[in-house]
Amino acid sequence: MAEINMVTAINQTLADLLAQDPRVVLLGEDIGLNGGVFRVTEGLYERFGRERVMDTPLAESGIIGAAIGMAVGGLRPIAEIQFMGFLYPGLDQLISHAGRIRHRSLAALTVPMVVRIPYGGGIRAPEQHADSAEAYLVHTPGLKVVVPSTPYDAKGLLYAALAQDSPVAFLEPIRLYRLGRMEVPEERYQVPIGPLRVAREGRDLSVFAWGAMVPLALRCAERLAEEGVSVEVIDLRTLSPLDIEGIGASVRKTGRAVVVHEAPQTGGVGAEVVATINETAFWWLKAPVARVTGFDLPYPPYAWEEFYLPDERRLLKAVRETLRD
Amino acid sequence: METWPLYRVLGPEATDSDRVPDAIKLKIYEDMVLLRSFDEKTITLQRQGRVGTFPPSIGQEAAEIASAHALSKQDWIAPSYRDHGALYVHGVPFENVILFAMGKASSISGDVRALPTSIPIATHLPHAVGLAWAARQRGESVVAMAYFGDGGTSEGDFHEALNFAGVLKAPVIFFCQNNGWAISVPVRLQTASETLAQKALAYGISGVRVDGNDALAVYQAVQAARERALAGAGPTLIEAVTYRLGPHTTADDPTRYRPREELEAWQSQDPLLRLGQYLAERGLLSEADQEAMQARARDWINQAIEAAEATPPVDPTAMFRYLYSDPPLRLRQQMAQLQAALQEEVP
Ligand SMILES: Cc1ncc(C[n+]2csc(CCOP(=O)(O)OP(=O)(O)O)c2C)c(N)n1
Ligand SMILES: [Mg+2]
Repeated sequence: MAEINMVTAINQTLADLLAQDPRVVLLGEDIGLNGGVFRVTEGLYERFGRERVMDTPLAESGIIGAAIGMAVGGLRPIAEIQFMGFLYPGLDQLISHAGRIRHRSLAALTVPMVVRIPYGGGIRAPEQHADSAEAYLVHTPGLKVVVPSTPYDAKGLLYAALAQDSPVAFLEPIRLYRLGRMEVPEERYQVPIGPLRVAREGRDLSVFAWGAMVPLALRCAERLAEEGVSVEVIDLRTLSPLDIEGIGASVRKTGRAVVVHEAPQTGGVGAEVVATINETAFWWLKAPVARVTGFDLPYPPYAWEEFYLPDERRLLKAVRETLRD
Repeated sequence: METWPLYRVLGPEATDSDRVPDAIKLKIYEDMVLLRSFDEKTITLQRQGRVGTFPPSIGQEAAEIASAHALSKQDWIAPSYRDHGALYVHGVPFENVILFAMGKASSISGDVRALPTSIPIATHLPHAVGLAWAARQRGESVVAMAYFGDGGTSEGDFHEALNFAGVLKAPVIFFCQNNGWAISVPVRLQTASETLAQKALAYGISGVRVDGNDALAVYQAVQAARERALAGAGPTLIEAVTYRLGPHTTADDPTRYRPREELEAWQSQDPLLRLGQYLAERGLLSEADQEAMQARARDWINQAIEAAEATPPVDPTAMFRYLYSDPPLRLRQQMAQLQAALQEEVP
């Protein structure tokens, strides 16, 4: 087993999917010769040619709309949106069609496609290159939404996503692309869509996180362990459908919870997690559930991002306050 | 069949060049020199880690500068991220460009009739239509001009904006810099149309193709489109055929996708060389003038950098300042939480 980062894990999985299944096609902006702006599709154009790895015109509605048609028509498209902040012209296709065609056609038609979307901040990028817009997607019936935070999960979730007959939004935390390496098995395996991952077991409080917030939560848990506090870190890794039972089980064990996400607070997925806790573990709660999130602002210019993004300071504070009573 | 000839002024015969007053030609040239120096300097700053990602317009100075010189300061500009040159001409100081690249401002903007630079491609084109319409309703004799690239013509918003403009006969100019590439995607993969200008035909508006490395042709094309718009004859799509000599941004490596021969062929069409040569031949520009211009450019740029770098570290709560005139309670609470967190000891 080799130690690889998330970019390599996704790249190798895409290569294997293209090699194993002639129905698989990749489409997106700059994914061909350039290998994608993050190099996730590096080498695939050279290996599989322009009809399987397609540089598209600059049109997100076109990319997602065409992918929908391809999926209905018998292909297995994997579309790339260059940055989540540029998904918006294509949202219409996701909301109006990708999520609805199965339902609308009384399950006569399915849309087995994956839309890969790099997202999130902390990379000193210009405006609109750091958005976390997962809430729009989670709020879209018919769409599944996954977010790996490790190279292992990236590979397994991508295989699982492609095996679905539903459209799947596959969110890739930009900050984690090259942050850590880990051993990833060479063979194919699936990480099922749905179940959360207990990233660290604990007894006193559950922190719910996804994407780049998972390593942050783990760092805080480490710090608190030194103080004798046992924090459970949950990597939700599927945001839709949420693992309702897994969320309930963790909080029934710990009795306390904090949710952390990069996206703005209002209407964020954190609110859905808190509601789920209310529904599944209310009588076990010893304190109100706290949220640590981005502020209700457009993601700021990068001189401010250290203040905008949840960090150890804010997360530790929330955890300590939640542990207090 | 319509044909779409390339309008050109600078060349061996330099036809029509006398229609542009000499003083304007010189001013355009001086601003082009300034923009080139600014971009080169900012690329260096980026390499030194003093600014973040930056999109230079090297090779596109004629299109950027001459187009904006053909506007009145009362006209509206709807720019995209690469248009600091046009914005400079319109009155936005380069200091603001550096502040943006330093991550201290969310766009390039200033106290002029221009929207903040738009990063999402082509999404600002409908705004230009609206601005033009508003000006007309208010009885102002002004136009709105949107700046965008060849890649922008693929987005739905481009088509919606042209169609709207045609229906409304709005006094708007769509100024498309066809610089050959949208990051790594060449124009031939962007559209099956032979030209971008011809897209005007479908919307019933005027379409013009101009040599975008020919400052005098660009100036005249924009001037003519502006006059048509003000006379009530409707919008124009201008395709300025130019070339991005540098990377897409400082984060891009064009050697991955761009043939060297293509780059070299365009280097000989450098818009600065072409206008400079013309001015020299006409006796309008001496070598001493050239040097003086370059020295002035260096001074201005250094001043702008100094001013930008002298700004204090950002106030963390300043990001809350502008979203609403009446910030809701939740947002005020969030600001207070940040303030409290920042005042506490690092845990
Ligand atoms: C809606 C949207 N999609 C994708 C991007 C990412 N992106 C930034 S610039 C660019 C290429 C733009 O090419 P073009 O329109 O030709 O303008 P140029 O950069 O050449 O000036 C792309 C794909 C974006 N900014 N906005
Ligand atoms: Mg271009």
